[in-house]
Amino acid sequence: MKLTLWTYEGPPHVGAMRVATGMKDVHYVLHAPQGDTYADLLFTMIERRNHRPPVTFTTFQASDLGGDTANLFKRAAQGAYDRFKPQAMIVGASCTAELIQDDPGGLASTLGLPCPVVPLDLPSYSRKENFGADETFHALVRALAQPQERTAEVSCNILGATALGFRHRDDVTEITRLLTSMGIAVNVAAPLDASPDDLKRLPAAHFNVLLYPETGEGAARWLEKTHAQPWTKTTPIGAQATREFIAEVAALAGVSAKVDEKDLRQPWWSASVDSTYLTNKRVFIFGDATHAMAAARVARDEIGFEVVGLGCYNREFARPMRAAAKEYGLEALISDDYLDVEAAIIAAAPELILGTQMERHIAKRLGIACAVISAPVHVQDFPASYSPQMGFEGANVLFDTWIHPLVMGLEEHLLTMFREDFEFHDAAGPSHHGGKATPAPAPILEPTANAATQMIEAAQALADALQWLPDAERELKKIPFFVRAKARRNTEKYAAEKGVTQISIETLYEAKAHYAR
Amino acid sequence: MSLDTPTTGCLHTPVLRERGQREVFCGLTGIIWLHRKMQDAFFLVVGSRTCAHLLQSAAGVMIFAEPRFGTAILEEKDLAGLADAHQELEREVERLLSRRPDIRQLFLVGSCPSEVIKLDLSRTAERLNARHGGAVRVYNYSGSGIETTFTQGEDACLAAMVPSLEETTEANLLVVGALPDVVEDQCLSLLTQMGIKNVSFLPSRRAANAPRVGPNTRFILTQPFLADTAHAVERRGGERIVAPFPFGEEGTTDWLRAAAKTQGVMLETFDAVTAAPRARARKAVAAHAETLRNKTLFMFPDSQLEIPLARFLARECGMLPVEVGTPYLHRGLMEPELALLPQTVLSEGQDVDLQLDRHAALKPDLTVCGLGLANPLEAAGYATKWAIELVFTPVHFYEQAGDLAGLFSRPLRRRAMLAGGQA
Repeated sequence: MKLTLWTYEGPPHVGAMRVATGMKDVHYVLHAPQGDTYADLLFTMIERRNHRPPVTFTTFQASDLGGDTANLFKRAAQGAYDRFKPQAMIVGASCTAELIQDDPGGLASTLGLPCPVVPLDLPSYSRKENFGADETFHALVRALAQPQERTAEVSCNILGATALGFRHRDDVTEITRLLTSMGIAVNVAAPLDASPDDLKRLPAAHFNVLLYPETGEGAARWLEKTHAQPWTKTTPIGAQATREFIAEVAALAGVSAKVDEKDLRQPWWSASVDSTYLTNKRVFIFGDATHAMAAARVARDEIGFEVVGLGCYNREFARPMRAAAKEYGLEALISDDYLDVEAAIIAAAPELILGTQMERHIAKRLGIACAVISAPVHVQDFPASYSPQMGFEGANVLFDTWIHPLVMGLEEHLLTMFREDFEFHDAAGPSHHGGKATPAPAPILEPTANAATQMIEAAQALADALQWLPDAERELKKIPFFVRAKARRNTEKYAAEKGVTQISIETLYEAKAHYAR
Repeated sequence: MSLDTPTTGCLHTPVLRERGQREVFCGLTGIIWLHRKMQDAFFLVVGSRTCAHLLQSAAGVMIFAEPRFGTAILEEKDLAGLADAHQELEREVERLLSRRPDIRQLFLVGSCPSEVIKLDLSRTAERLNARHGGAVRVYNYSGSGIETTFTQGEDACLAAMVPSLEETTEANLLVVGALPDVVEDQCLSLLTQMGIKNVSFLPSRRAANAPRVGPNTRFILTQPFLADTAHAVERRGGERIVAPFPFGEEGTTDWLRAAAKTQGVMLETFDAVTAAPRARARKAVAAHAETLRNKTLFMFPDSQLEIPLARFLARECGMLPVEVGTPYLHRGLMEPELALLPQTVLSEGQDVDLQLDRHAALKPDLTVCGLGLANPLEAAGYATKWAIELVFTPVHFYEQAGDLAGLFSRPLRRRAMLAGGQA
């Protein structure tokens, strides 16, 4: 057993719902107890869909457990077919139904329904939402894709976009535009907005564009093995990665890699002198592995931040994540426990956090600027306006989204120059943020046994043993607030190493010289 | 409409009973408001990732305000051997209690998975009670979907607390049902003004103020979904005061009158205390009734609040209920409400697809339903009021009567505004 207060991912059947809800003319019959329909509201409220998810829940109750649940499932499956007449159905069990061991696949096959019925095997007690989505899409593709001739002109499929995906809607639009401008036709984009008939046509494409490895890699690998379709390995997030993606696609399609960049503004925005103050701002990055790794590259190589923490919650991608982190001289944080993430953020003392809605809450508590780069997200990250993360327009969106929460350059100078001013002090915060400025509240950390917390406690004990002399304390306050935490930490570390217990102004500047790069 | 309006009521209306897919929450959801009410309690769900995900989806941003609830997620190794699961649970509880020393009441909450594998939470609770003797009281109840629907989670929780309440022979009045603090204070103030002493509430805000029960306890429910709790108090010797539920001016007055009668309050005193707030409530409701009058109302099953709310909307706001659905209908508790409710279709349980067919045929002006149905119905052209808000928002007693009516008039006013003033 594991005590959990917050989860980054739902159970795997929610992943299956993301595939079914994203598609057309598919119906999912889910063997599940009363109450599991709560997941509907993720789609109707967070994604604001205007239709019910195409999911029939068997809704068994305690009184059904005597042995009637198998018939209940059959009635529900037959009823769902009769009512919705889907092109294909998927059937499976939620966590509780997994325990009662009815066999949805076997039961559905005895009904002889006049459409393909794809059974899902989603282990609820060991896997999670992303696995559920990947496995469901994979199973549907395996069941439906037909061997066929390639299209006459060069074409590709776009794989991995689902319902409830972070900016999937606009990413598909952006990448479709990009491919079209290169003279490459999109054969099928799936699962989002595809029908089972579309999945049958997948093998007609010359190659596959994999947008989201978390939810589409299983299908991409199967199509490569079975239908000899190569797939793209670059995630086109950021200007550089998009150019790399264009080169990769051009090679696969045998077309020119020359693409019009007139709407790409991010590189100039980043090069303009107004952005100089962004140099080496400390950024902590956490999310799903794909978005976090892409964000790290944009942060360092395209905006000039210093990446001080990098990690993901999906263990399936721990290996590439560890390799990526090494490039930044970091140890990857692989954890689905938000307390670990919070402890790591405190230890890294970043000036900007790029993460999920959870990191947004952490950032708010710590008084640190934050932007969202990955699911899970709240309703505000399913925006009405066009806001892709991928391609050239995506690069523009990233620049605006990440820079906005930071104090503007000029404002930062003013804050430093007039730091003791009665109405222009540090705690006043950036003027373009709403709300009343208050000092950042001290983090309330629930003590846990994990290593990161122990590190923090040790650091705290160290700080308690050290005494800041009043002069040094005053001098510390003169250091701009956005680097003050780092200066304090470095000074204390330096003092501890030198065996100094009282910190004077000299200690402060000796430490500064010691850590100067 | 006055109390004297002759009405045939729904007492003898046949109830349409259906079963099929239900679009409802399970009882675990009750934790979200119960943990706000009981300030020194922690709710530990023993369940799966689905349970944790449900709580987080339903609690929204509240999840990060130092939540006093969590899920002990069952893993594959827990399913393999049950003895192991008990040990694991005890270890998790010990860890939890050591890092939250402020906790005085711990609820082990059963879920579908823990019920199906027959994990005996009462045994764990017993052992933990023996170990922590007095410092922390450990209870267990089930909030599983296979046994409970939405607000029934509160019923199961309160019923689990009743057997260990302290015994008393004193005459006292026990008000049962979790109310927002502001509403509880209003209720207490009205009763005190009538000279009623010895009023206590279940649940109490803190374990130290837990009510006492005994053979001279009279109790009254503020919520319609508390059948098991009522039985549990009756088993302790308490006697239930029969009344409609305190929604709207009429419901509140009838509720208070029933309570006052058992406590020997004179009619003049009752009138003197209630006259001013009654007038305020009627005035506040009237502002919204203009929007609601003669509008048809369809309620999908959700919380068991449907019948009392339909009664309020029909009698005080002039709405016309065309179907009132409820997940369960406890006739014994609901009789005073059914007597007041104008004749309509009553349904218990649900086959959501069939109910949606009926809904489409009736084309009601306002639909009360869950969040899974609200946006799809809005997109199909119906005005909806999402039901979960009725449980989270203060809606009981006089001062909230206007707000309660406002919750239903707002969607209609909004539609009119967005249509350029054309309703």
